[in-house]
Amino acid sequence: MKVTVDQDKCCAAGTCVLIAPEVFDQREDDGVVILLDTAPAGNLHAAVRECAAVCPAGAIHVGEDA
Amino acid sequence: MSAPADVLVVGASAAGLSTAEALRRKGFQGGLTVLGAEPHLPYDRPPLSKQVLSGAWEPDRAFLRRSAELSALNAEFVLHDPAVGLDAEARTVHTASGGVLRAEAIVVATGLRPRTFAGQDGLAGVHVLRTLDDALALRAELMTSSRVVVVGDGVLGTEIAATARTMGLAVTLAGPQPAPLESQFGPLVAGQLAELHTGQGVDLRLGAAVTGLAERNGRVTGVELATGEVLPADVVVVAFGAVPATDWLAGSGLKVDNGVVCDSWCRAADGVYAVGDVARWYHSGFHTLLRLENRTNATEQAGHVAATILGESRPYTPVPFFWTDQFDVKIQVHGVLSADAEVTVVDGDMAQGRFVARYRRNGATVGVLGWRMPKQTRVRRQEVVDAFTS
Repeated sequence: MKVTVDQDKCCAAGTCVLIAPEVFDQREDDGVVILLDTAPAGNLHAAVRECAAVCPAGAIHVGEDA
Repeated sequence: MSAPADVLVVGASAAGLSTAEALRRKGFQGGLTVLGAEPHLPYDRPPLSKQVLSGAWEPDRAFLRRSAELSALNAEFVLHDPAVGLDAEARTVHTASGGVLRAEAIVVATGLRPRTFAGQDGLAGVHVLRTLDDALALRAELMTSSRVVVVGDGVLGTEIAATARTMGLAVTLAGPQPAPLESQFGPLVAGQLAELHTGQGVDLRLGAAVTGLAERNGRVTGVELATGEVLPADVVVVAFGAVPATDWLAGSGLKVDNGVVCDSWCRAADGVYAVGDVARWYHSGFHTLLRLENRTNATEQAGHVAATILGESRPYTPVPFFWTDQFDVKIQVHGVLSADAEVTVVDGDMAQGRFVARYRRNGATVGVLGWRMPKQTRVRRQEVVDAFTS
């Protein structure tokens, strides 16, 4: 799994951090997403897919082939 | 309960798309149809009043998914064909083009339509903002105008006022509250919002009811207040709320009362569910019927309903959340605020333009509001969750 984020699209809701704090954090000053792990371990895949699906800005993309 | 053979989602915006995606993500392999009124593929609405209106984004940036992602859903998208009728018992939907769609489970996700003044249709220079086409039409007119009056002192009205101001127009904001969003935010934070707008040059004409539109030769010339004053305008944006898009449900057998009335599981009838802005369900944590007009609820409720359709049985009890962007300020709200709550700044400093405010009623935290402090606000959300679940 390869995860990418679009920081320009991010609306700083923090939904991803609530679901997968191992993979996502927020910048202190403006709350924009920080990707902590571009290739998360298998036990986090379901949570990361959930983050991509529920992100209110569609700012998280998950590639399955890498 | 076994999964239905097929599901029809009526509505192709955030809530409808999210329902289809959540069904597939949770393993649903049956037939899946998404019916949409507009010609466009699913797009996001929050950017319409900001990045799309200002021109910072090309319109296609607002689309929620790439076409490859939509193809991978293995769903049939029937677009540009509004639903015009539902038979809940037969689980049949009729469309404007004469189509008849039937499925074992139906999800109503038809959202809202803007409230308007009587007689504003057909009057040149008057706009609403709900759809992508609305946003592009308003943008085109703002580009060639110098004075806009925004009618509406809520989230949408204030966002449009801020965007129009950054585009260089003279902007007047009219509405009945003493300060923008005061009925939710209370006087302290609403006062800060009023200062933000005034400081950026928005002319706030609040505290007076708007009674109608002035026109000449079929074109709007201004906005009439109850005081008798007329605010002159080249363009008027009407943003004083929206109503659930339920006209098409007349005679359906569903109970409609300020939205599609649902039980705690968001079920409107046997095999019929509602999600997003149109759904008014019984929130068993708050012990009341609730309808939320916000972006994150569309997705969260969709995921919940997808699980319910596939046989899970949990009542839907979210902590409400919304955000708004105005000028360089992002405001985020977890929980339910009210004007009579006791408000305390718990992080940051109002004078510095960054803070988190806690809203308490009867000793319990009912909400937190962040002003340019997204991360800290999200951390404080737990206080709302704790009060809500204790």
